[in-house]
Parts: sequence; structure tokens; C-alpha cells
Amino acid sequence: MDVLERIDKIVKDNPVVIFMKGTPQLPQCGFSMRAAQALQACGQEFAHVNVLMDPEIFENLPRYQDWPTFPQIYVNGELVGGCDITMELFQKGELKNMVEEAVV
Amino acid sequence: MTVQSVIEQKLAAGIHAKHMDVVNESSNHNVPPGSESHFKVVLVSEDFADKKLLQRHRMINEILADELKDKIHALAIHTYTESEWKDANGDAPMSPPCQGGDGSLSP
Repeated sequence: MDVLERIDKIVKDNPVVIFMKGTPQLPQCGFSMRAAQALQACGQEFAHVNVLMDPEIFENLPRYQDWPTFPQIYVNGELVGGCDITMELFQKGELKNMVEEAVV
Repeated sequence: MTVQSVIEQKLAAGIHAKHMDVVNESSNHNVPPGSESHFKVVLVSEDFADKKLLQRHRMINEILADELKDKIHALAIHTYTESEWKDANGDAPMSPPCQGGDGSLSP
């Protein structure tokens, strides 16, 4: 399967997914850490992809939605943004609503 | 020219900002002293009015696309309209602490 198809399948198959450096338990980057913590605080299960363990995704994810940096958070198949946007939505209480609606 | 100056010039040319702050945060990270790899930009502009966060960040990512390709490893972006900036009391969030990076440099 083409890598963009593989990424697309992960995004479509999971209502909430974060592509991050490291894992939620062992993040390897402060921005990934914060974004994963915000998702955890929403209280729903979410999928994660450790881009450091998947060089093909690491190389190609930026061109999937034309977003140059990590982490990337997708809810309901749509790019929410990176760490700063995720944190801002979390602090406004919007992220929790988005995640809950996606998981239902 | 330093990466910082390039970022400042490109943003100043691309966004009509009332306030702009470009901070080199590289020294907080797992990179050699004097690096220009991790930056935070704070922008206050009416160009952001009626634009979602995703669109605002895309504007900045596009302006700095060349730098993001190889020079900049991390870019924290905080965007405000003038009224949002007033609500935030003129204070953008702190960037997170480093968690080791991509492992390309030993600690």
C-alpha cells in the first residue's frame, strides 16, 4: 500500500489519532507530550502513531495534509492542527467536545 | 543573515502585524549552543480576524515554508487578533520543555 494511502487509512479508521514523536507514555518531544496529554485529559481512547518508529510515515506525513511539523492531531478524519492549536482548543474546552462527538 | 532575521523579515512582509515576537528557544533543546533550530513566534494581527486557528497557522507555515524544510526543527505559533491579545493580557503560552528530541544528538 502506498504510504499516503496507509496514512489515510489510519486517519479514517480512528476517530481520534495523534502522529507524535514517541508514545503518550514515553513522549520524545515536548510538543508531542503536551498534545498527547491534552488528548488524555479529554477522557476518551485515542490512537497514536510513533513517527520515530516509522520512517516512511515520518518522511511523508507532512505532505499528507500539507502540514510541515509534528505532532499532528486528527479528529473525525480531519486535521485539527499541531500542539499549539490542540492546546488552545483544549483550554477553551472545545477539544473535549470534538473528541467526545467523534468517539460516539 | 541569521535564521531569526530571515523569519522576522518574512513574517513582517507577509503579515500586517501590530505586534510580533520571534524567540529563539533552541537553548532549551537538545542542540549545540548557538543553534537556530527551535523558534516561537507570537503575532498579533487583524489579518487573523475570521480565520480559524488552522488557517492562521497555515498562513505562517506557508510564509516560512523554505525555513521549515530544513533550518527550523520546531516552530511554536501563537496568533491573536488585537482583541484576543487584550483578552490574553499580552501573554503567549510558554513552550514545552524538551523531551530528548529525535535522538539524532546524544544528550
